[in-house]
Amino acid sequence: MSLKKNILALRQKKAIVEKGGGDKAIEKQVAMGKMTARERILTLLDPNSFHEYDLFVEHEERNFGMDDKVLAGDGVITGTGTINGAPICIYAQDFTVMGGSLGLKHARKITKIMDHALKMKVPCIGINDSGGARIQEGISALAGYGEIFYRNTMSSGVIPQISVILGPCAGGAVYSPALTDFVFVVENISKMFITGPNVIETVLGEKISQEDLGGARVHAEITGNAHFYAMSELECLEQIKELVSLIPHSNLQKAVKVAPKKPTYKKNIENIIPADPKQPYDVREIIYALTDDSKFLEIHELWAANIVIGFGRLNGETIGFVANQPMYLAGVLDCDASDKAARFILYCDAFNIPIVTLEDMPGYLPGVDQEHAGVIRHGAKMLYAYSEATVPKITVILRKAYGGGYIAMNSRHLGADFMFAWPGAEIAVMGPEGAANIIFRKEIMEAEDEEAMRQQKVQEYIEKFANPFVAASKGYIDAVIEPQETRELLLHALEVSKLKDDHRPYKKHGVPPF
Amino acid sequence: MPENKIDTTELVDFAVTARKYKTLLTKKYKNRKVWIEPNPLEIQSFIPGTIIQVSIEENQIVKEGEPLLILEAMKMRNRIEMPFTARIKKINVNVGDRIPKDTVMIELEAIEE
Repeated sequence: MSLKKNILALRQKKAIVEKGGGDKAIEKQVAMGKMTARERILTLLDPNSFHEYDLFVEHEERNFGMDDKVLAGDGVITGTGTINGAPICIYAQDFTVMGGSLGLKHARKITKIMDHALKMKVPCIGINDSGGARIQEGISALAGYGEIFYRNTMSSGVIPQISVILGPCAGGAVYSPALTDFVFVVENISKMFITGPNVIETVLGEKISQEDLGGARVHAEITGNAHFYAMSELECLEQIKELVSLIPHSNLQKAVKVAPKKPTYKKNIENIIPADPKQPYDVREIIYALTDDSKFLEIHELWAANIVIGFGRLNGETIGFVANQPMYLAGVLDCDASDKAARFILYCDAFNIPIVTLEDMPGYLPGVDQEHAGVIRHGAKMLYAYSEATVPKITVILRKAYGGGYIAMNSRHLGADFMFAWPGAEIAVMGPEGAANIIFRKEIMEAEDEEAMRQQKVQEYIEKFANPFVAASKGYIDAVIEPQETRELLLHALEVSKLKDDHRPYKKHGVPPF
Repeated sequence: MPENKIDTTELVDFAVTARKYKTLLTKKYKNRKVWIEPNPLEIQSFIPGTIIQVSIEENQIVKEGEPLLILEAMKMRNRIEMPFTARIKKINVNVGDRIPKDTVMIELEAIEE
């Protein structure tokens, strides 16, 4: 055979496998409102940048009638490519091939591309669309999952790992996304659960739909398993592109710096926060007023909305923002908010992203449900994450900083590099009303007009303590600043922190309150 | 940069220590389980499952530690025992019932010993 003939034969062979499960299965996939695995990869990556490997891998199962079954690519597409020029490794499970079920060879294709990503120090993106373990392969499928989880863990904190849930992802399969840094879900398409509605109904008699049990919205709003929530696959793929542009390719690098831009936000930053400390506002407006081009990529927008986390740029450099959100639950810290912020802080620290903390919080959320849910150990995660982080850490106290929350929100005492406070900041052990009730209990009780005395004492407390100057007098606050100066000061603080060199005692790893 | 307008009609008074803040509530917060002091005279299911056996009758006095019923859950037959000696006031479950978690299965009545 001439080489020309061989080339033609190769092309034919490729064309067949690239069809995945064939026309009928593809039709079904499209009817479910889903893109095919290949379309997803090609849409996400830069044009002509995708290169596939292991196209001709085949399964070796001989039992249960599998010996004569040909599964294109064993149900998963793997390869490398670029997103806006950034190199990445990628895999996408192909639901048209036996429901995207995971057998040993399918898993080995995934672990091979994961090994590659870790060695080459590039991000790894996994697109999940699979019915789960290939039952016919029995324990070999479980082995496959385990090998993936192990690599997820080895890669954690070394390369960014992104999971995209574009179909069912049930049983053991959910643990790979859970171990990765960012999980993307799409309304009506993503489904994640450990045990599905059928099992739950059979075993426990509880009836629930797939959507209510583990749909996209549930994971974006209730469980916090998903970081990004989109209404369509295309929107989701755009979100991934934006995220990839903001994060470094590995822990050995910094995020790519882009040309600095001024904020486009028009409102005067001084007018965002209401004068009455009991009135809410949207803290994201403060972020918009500070970031380059007023852009901010929010993570976990719906879950634990009382704290805001995400990436924005300052002077072209990627910054992780952590901000209390007075608009929801008065901006308190609770189990979920602590959990959300702590993992984000760990991420930023692992990937050399400086952290800017914007603080306006009344304390930890009181309640039996919180105490019983373990707010002590969840809250401790924040203390741990901030203390452990060695990236530049800057805090701006916008308004309230009370009690344990003051300590937790990257205080000087946990190692903040710069502590700024706006002139209206109230830094105190608790709100003035609560403090006055305790400190002046006797005076208030003995007064003829208790209420008048209480008001007088509250006022006294506010004047004496509910301001930034007590903390500034002790050096806990470096500077009391005008809101207008905030951006320039942040840029400056980041500039002088560039070569920050901070070390931790040698350890294998810490033992954080998980 | 989305315009973020706060829907002021949804704002509630939210007490954190002695001060009340105007704020919105999250869905999860609204749906949180309100704590109820447990009643020692009610025997509740600690796990969802199926009643396999009921070993007692109403009005019977049962001694502490004696078996009351068997609740099968996760392929395990859990023997539910009498927490203290008392009279069985009411049995709310039958053999074959599939019950959710925290169902009051048996109501007790204290007796003078």
